Amino acid sequence: MSRSYLPHWMHWLGSPPNFYRFAGSLRPWLMAVALVSAAVGLYGGLVLAPPDYQQGDAYRIIFIHVPSAWMSLFIYATMAVAGLVALVWRVKLAEVIAMECAPTGAAFTLITLLTGSLWGKPMWGTWWTWDARLTSELVLLFLYLGVIGLCNAFEDRRRGARAASLLALVGIVNLPVIHYSVQWWNTLHQGTTVDFLDPARSSIAPAMLWPLLVMALATHLYFFASLLGRTRTALLSLESGKQWVRTLVMADVS
Amino acid sequence: MTTPPAPAAPLLSAHRLAFTRNDEPVFGPLDFSLWSGETVLVEGDNGSGKTTLLRVLAGMLPTEGEIRFCGQPASRDSRNGRVLWLGHRTGMNEALSARENLGFLAGLYGTRVGMTAAMAMERVGIGGWIDEPLRALSAGQKKRVGLARLLLLPGDIWLLDEPYANLDRHGIALVNALIAEHCARGGAALVTSHGAVRFADTNARHIHLVA
Amino acid sequence: MASITPTMEANTKAMDAENLARVTRRPGTWRACSALLRRDFVLAWRRRGELFLPLLYAVIVTALFPFALGPDPELLARIAGGVLLVIVVLAMLPALEAMFRADLEDGTLEQWLLAPQPLALLALTRVIAHWLTTVVPLIIVMPLLGALLNLPVKVLPVLIAALLLATPLLVLLGSVLSALTAGARRSGILLALMLLPLAVPVVIFAAGAIAAAQSGMPYLAPLTWLAAALVLAIVLAPLACAAALRIAVET
Repeated sequence: MSRSYLPHWMHWLGSPPNFYRFAGSLRPWLMAVALVSAAVGLYGGLVLAPPDYQQGDAYRIIFIHVPSAWMSLFIYATMAVAGLVALVWRVKLAEVIAMECAPTGAAFTLITLLTGSLWGKPMWGTWWTWDARLTSELVLLFLYLGVIGLCNAFEDRRRGARAASLLALVGIVNLPVIHYSVQWWNTLHQGTTVDFLDPARSSIAPAMLWPLLVMALATHLYFFASLLGRTRTALLSLESGKQWVRTLVMADVS
Repeated sequence: MTTPPAPAAPLLSAHRLAFTRNDEPVFGPLDFSLWSGETVLVEGDNGSGKTTLLRVLAGMLPTEGEIRFCGQPASRDSRNGRVLWLGHRTGMNEALSARENLGFLAGLYGTRVGMTAAMAMERVGIGGWIDEPLRALSAGQKKRVGLARLLLLPGDIWLLDEPYANLDRHGIALVNALIAEHCARGGAALVTSHGAVRFADTNARHIHLVA
Repeated sequence: MASITPTMEANTKAMDAENLARVTRRPGTWRACSALLRRDFVLAWRRRGELFLPLLYAVIVTALFPFALGPDPELLARIAGGVLLVIVVLAMLPALEAMFRADLEDGTLEQWLLAPQPLALLALTRVIAHWLTTVVPLIIVMPLLGALLNLPVKVLPVLIAALLLATPLLVLLGSVLSALTAGARRSGILLALMLLPLAVPVVIFAAGAIAAAQSGMPYLAPLTWLAAALVLAIVLAPLACAAALRIAVET
């Protein structure tokens, strides 16, 4: 497929040495803002927000649980989009970005599951509950692990990245199906719902909402910063024989 | 005085054909055409990209250049059914006999007019082995079954990657004879070889790939 | 960089279009698909001893459940439907993994790529052959396994109907994944890891139908969902499988 349809700046950014420099200059800012907003959000959520009238202080875990859940889905979507670009236009940078999304996405999914489990303990006394959303997150974790596993199963890393990108696309098409089927299954067996943000409830108090949104911002920025950093490292390793890497290393060494 | 008929489009033409792996150019940009009745020999040392060139022409690898079959841009319609590929692997299942394998491929591709699997196997000199499972054949005999496949299936353009591998003197002569017959019928062949093989057709063009 | 050194100018023979197109017509798609089916059946027949292994596996694992949970007939009857469904899914996995591996290794896939038929159609034919030769025997054995687990008789037809809808779906999904892993380092667990999350909706709906039948509730709705998903998969999965096969052939 030809690259003539890509806009000029994407073409420029798609070149590994350009991306390396661009990401290197952007990353520290993103990370700094992410850390500051995380601090603000956590302070707002853990200290400032009032205790919930139903759950007391135990609900405060949502300030980590919910943004993590949002990120686990957002990162999968990002991975699928990058994978699509990699498959259709064969852009090497897209392959790298898609593959570097997966571990971070899996980590957020794991955090969602662990915090969900921690929340479940004071609520129902069990460490795990087959709640619809938690179960969907568990399946999502397996999807991530499948992508990571497939990518690493190939000798040729670029082929592994393309195969795993196709898997990610198959996964994203199936994601709504999985979500709704798990919801249906949950209603069949009358499971409990861990839904703090249940629409049937009255709307969430503003004092609880703003820390949640700030944490969402923090996690997004953290993800982007982390992605830029991981991609830079992966590019160095993938392009290790190239001239631009050699010049970079020489400059560092000297 | 009648004007001579305009030449038909070349069976295969390549324009600015290039392939890069890990941003290292493997070959290219290449421009060449393959006309009916022609044989082209692609020579080069190991690693010079001969197999890659053939795989690109066969559509197994992508390229940024342009490939045309009989004047039409390369697509499943223009390429499939015209091109026959003989690569390093036999392309046939070891547990099945030559007859079964050739029968299956004939079911997919069709057959050349008047040709049967038995006739093709006879022509390549291993008619008696037609019902043996392929795993019972030697490497040279398996190569000959591959040549029988070329005879049986319809296809004007033969892409042959190291067809002389595993063959003895007689086998090499057979390959040359088959290619000559194919070109006399109006077909064309693109052949790679790294060895100094006595190529029957001294009119053949050569493409040298340098690693 | 390459250079062209013509040793002699090529002859330009003026040939008619007639002469160039002197070969037979391209074979019809039905003929091509039946050739592929016949080939796969012959291969399966030659390996027919191996086809018993998944059956044995299913029987043995079924027998493990009473050992693990106790032979209480009521308990077994309650879990039988779901357990048998899971056992069939697990028993399908090893064969699924190998769907395209042999053909990639011996170069048959390269011949598929150059055949006049659409690659997706050949992939779909392979799926059909695979389902008929490896999964149908498992379904045929269901009455026996049901007896081992004290499955209520009224549930058996629904179990079989659910399997007839769910297993082709899984084979279709599995074909895409098998094509993706065909060129990877051999790892049986990898396919399971990739397939099982995608299989969750299929299992949920199939088990939902079985459970509904067991408690006397209407069971057609989940079966209809499965049928709809199957139709969608028959259209989409071969296309994804063809894309994956193209990735696998690039070396």
